[in-house]
Amino acid sequence: MSIRLTNIAKTFGRTTALEPLDLNIADGELVGLLGPSGSGKTTLLRIIAGLEQPDRSRTGSIHFGERDVTNVHVRDRRIGFVFQHYALFRHMSVFDNVAFGLTALPRRSRPSTGEIRTRVNRLLEMVRLEEFANRYPAQLSGGQQQRVSLARALALKPDVLLLDEPFGALDAKVRQELRRWLRHLHDELGFTSVFVTHDQEEALELSDRVVVMSNGRIEQIDEPDTLYRHPANRFVFEFLGDVNRLEGNVQDGELTCGDARLSVDLPDGHQELLMRPHELKLLEAQSPHSRLPVTVTSASPIGAEVRVELIADWLPEPWQATVRHADFERLHIKRGQRLFVEPRRWHRFGNAETHDQEVEILS
Amino acid sequence: MSMIATLTGTASKRVLPGFGLSLGITLLFVSLVLLLPMTSLVGQLAGLSLAEYWAIITEERVVASYMITIGAAAVAAIVNALFGLLMAWVLVRYEFPGKRLLDALMDLPFALPTAVAGITLATMYSSSGFMGKLLAPLGFEIAYTWVGIALAMAFTSIPFVVRTVQPVLEDLPQEIDEAALTLGASDALAFRRVILPHLWPALVTGTGLAFVRSLGEFGAVIFIAGNMPYETEITALMIFVKLQEYDYVGASAIASVVLAVSLALLLALNLWQGRFIRRLHGGKG
Amino acid sequence: MQRIGDAPRTRRLLIGLAVALSALFLLLPLIAIFAQAFTEGIDVFWNNLSDEYTLAAIGLTLLVTALTIPVNLVFGVFLAWLVTRFEFPGRRLLQTLIDIPFAVSPVVAGLIYLLLYGSSGWVGSWLDGYDIQLMFAWPGIVLVTIFVTCPFVARELIPLMQAQGSREEEAAVTLGASGWTIFRRVTLPNIKWALLYGVILTNARAVGEFGAVSVVSGSIRGETNTLPLHVELLYQDYNTVGAFTAAALLALIALFTLAAKAGLEWRATRREQFR
Repeated sequence: MSIRLTNIAKTFGRTTALEPLDLNIADGELVGLLGPSGSGKTTLLRIIAGLEQPDRSRTGSIHFGERDVTNVHVRDRRIGFVFQHYALFRHMSVFDNVAFGLTALPRRSRPSTGEIRTRVNRLLEMVRLEEFANRYPAQLSGGQQQRVSLARALALKPDVLLLDEPFGALDAKVRQELRRWLRHLHDELGFTSVFVTHDQEEALELSDRVVVMSNGRIEQIDEPDTLYRHPANRFVFEFLGDVNRLEGNVQDGELTCGDARLSVDLPDGHQELLMRPHELKLLEAQSPHSRLPVTVTSASPIGAEVRVELIADWLPEPWQATVRHADFERLHIKRGQRLFVEPRRWHRFGNAETHDQEVEILS
Repeated sequence: MSMIATLTGTASKRVLPGFGLSLGITLLFVSLVLLLPMTSLVGQLAGLSLAEYWAIITEERVVASYMITIGAAAVAAIVNALFGLLMAWVLVRYEFPGKRLLDALMDLPFALPTAVAGITLATMYSSSGFMGKLLAPLGFEIAYTWVGIALAMAFTSIPFVVRTVQPVLEDLPQEIDEAALTLGASDALAFRRVILPHLWPALVTGTGLAFVRSLGEFGAVIFIAGNMPYETEITALMIFVKLQEYDYVGASAIASVVLAVSLALLLALNLWQGRFIRRLHGGKG
Repeated sequence: MQRIGDAPRTRRLLIGLAVALSALFLLLPLIAIFAQAFTEGIDVFWNNLSDEYTLAAIGLTLLVTALTIPVNLVFGVFLAWLVTRFEFPGRRLLQTLIDIPFAVSPVVAGLIYLLLYGSSGWVGSWLDGYDIQLMFAWPGIVLVTIFVTCPFVARELIPLMQAQGSREEEAAVTLGASGWTIFRRVTLPNIKWALLYGVILTNARAVGEFGAVSVVSGSIRGETNTLPLHVELLYQDYNTVGAFTAAALLALIALFTLAAKAGLEWRATRREQFR
């Protein structure tokens, strides 16, 4: 079931939580709402759910497929909602939690007790908790509780599944596992899902498309790799990963900053260039294009790469570079070592909301 | 006091100072003020044979007073359970003008001396009083009847349910409501199956405390009760009457029954609540 | 934000019901007290108030309260310190014991004191030898009042001090502070409002205690008659206006108690918001 939001805004008292926005989500899509806290992502999710009302002063509307649900109460919207802290009913067993939605149906449409039992058992099997049916939520681990909460939300076969920071309270390993499992479940059952997260890695890994938000605005909507490669603006670029900043004056195609310099193809004046850690190359000597001398302050192996922290007196804040283990060993990188940086590419965003200008440097 | 000495012997391992001093003062106070007077009751009863004791506490007029007291206290407690639940809900869930005033008013029965409550209710509901005149034509007689006793008991125990349920309701996360609503539950169903089970321990505790308090209530009741033997005479008054007649033994025997029932109820409430809480917290609480 | 019972009709119905019932059962009696006290005009009210026996009852009540509060204040603070700052066997039992006065009928409370300290009791008869009489005299009233009000201060302090934990006091110990300094400069500032509220509750109950006091007092006019006992005496004498005059005075103290509680709670929530 597709979701279509038109001209939706939300203010709480005098603060604006959401500026007027439109959003279309296709049937069967898995969409992540990504942004820092206070960006309005949770408010947006809750408006889709019907837990919050959009401002009435605007003629906004929410459609699930062809159904206009703008004025439909949350209990009749046919959504599944997974809460950040699961919100399981503590006094009910796992079975009763999952069965709640079915038993709450009006008598006319309520399945028989036997059918409820079969359906709940099938759901518990799906979330791999069949043996825990008679436990109470307090007796389960966080990951198990999250799966119960998912099974509970899916029991009524909702058109739309909404998840608020579904993995936020779990430790890294369980989070990975549940992520993969959710993706699998989504592909198998084919419902439309929207989830909220502040973790860019999670958003990029799990979503078909990511909606990046800040200050109640949608900054960009794109597929994960487009988003990463072609950020629409500086906010998106900075939010999606670590950033190194180089500020200086350009004159005659050369940017200088203290005793550092870099050949650039830019007009004269003050410029700011941004670089990802993996876009920095470390050299033992300066190159014809650049002279960016730095000192290594720390080097820590993280997975397949080594993260190196660099300082220099022309840098107001340290830089981060990631290098392959092979390069790390070849350069004998250690603390206090003096090296030169050469950017493979850099990005530049104008003051006005312009698009990313990338320059690849061939050397 | 040698126990204190051995306990304070470990005080050097305790981080904060004052263990010995506070233990000493507390035990002294508890012994002198709470426990020693209770032993006097035992001492007084020791002179009685079991048969004599049984005869006193099962005397017809005394048994009648038990019935009246328990019946009226039960009605008062149930009325307060309903009223307290309503008040707690309204005070926690809704915003409206005058809410703070209403909230403050809930504590009036604890702040107002029971004798004052007693003469006020008696005057209001007597046949010449404001409420009495209003109700008499409808065939309701409250003062000097069993209903009046229940009314006075209910008045003095109003805060128990409100004040035990209120904080639990306040702590109930909004997500619990929302979870029930996203699953399609109606207000009535969500309240009954999701909210009420959370409030249950507090509700039972509050109602239980109201009941215990009503069993022992004296000042508020005696003015409105009329104190007719076999009809509107409560057990606390029976004790008082025996004392006026210098029948200390009789008074002590009846008092021991009241005391035992109250303490047993209090203990039962504590144990039950502990079990309930353990279940919600997975055996960890 | 959607919550259960938010529908306007449900809301109006429940608020209406709550306000109506509270007005009938709580507000109306409160108004009735003052209405009764002033039925014969303000002059009669003043006359009743300045009656010799009424003044004596006020004096005795003040004396009893003035003696009760410090005793229970000190005890409450020590008890709260003990059960919230230390682990020791019997801690739970102690916390249960302290609730006994709440469960004991006031008449029974009076009775057990009468049995112990009365002339036939073992402490009482011993004291009789020295010509000291506690029962049917003001010291007896003070003793039972201490008994019925002893849980209030501790009950206010224990949950608060438990929630606050002992981190701050432990920090003070590491900085070399003595016990008294820790209490005065670290603990007291954190608990002072709860302590004040405990004292206010103790005060309200001490002023108003009736059942236990009536057992041990003997109700001798001008001597062992506290204000609540005086209310009863006047009421039994069919001096309704006089009884309600004294009652109005007690109701004023009750109103002060409610106002103080509301004020302290308002203060607490405001401080939480600023945190």
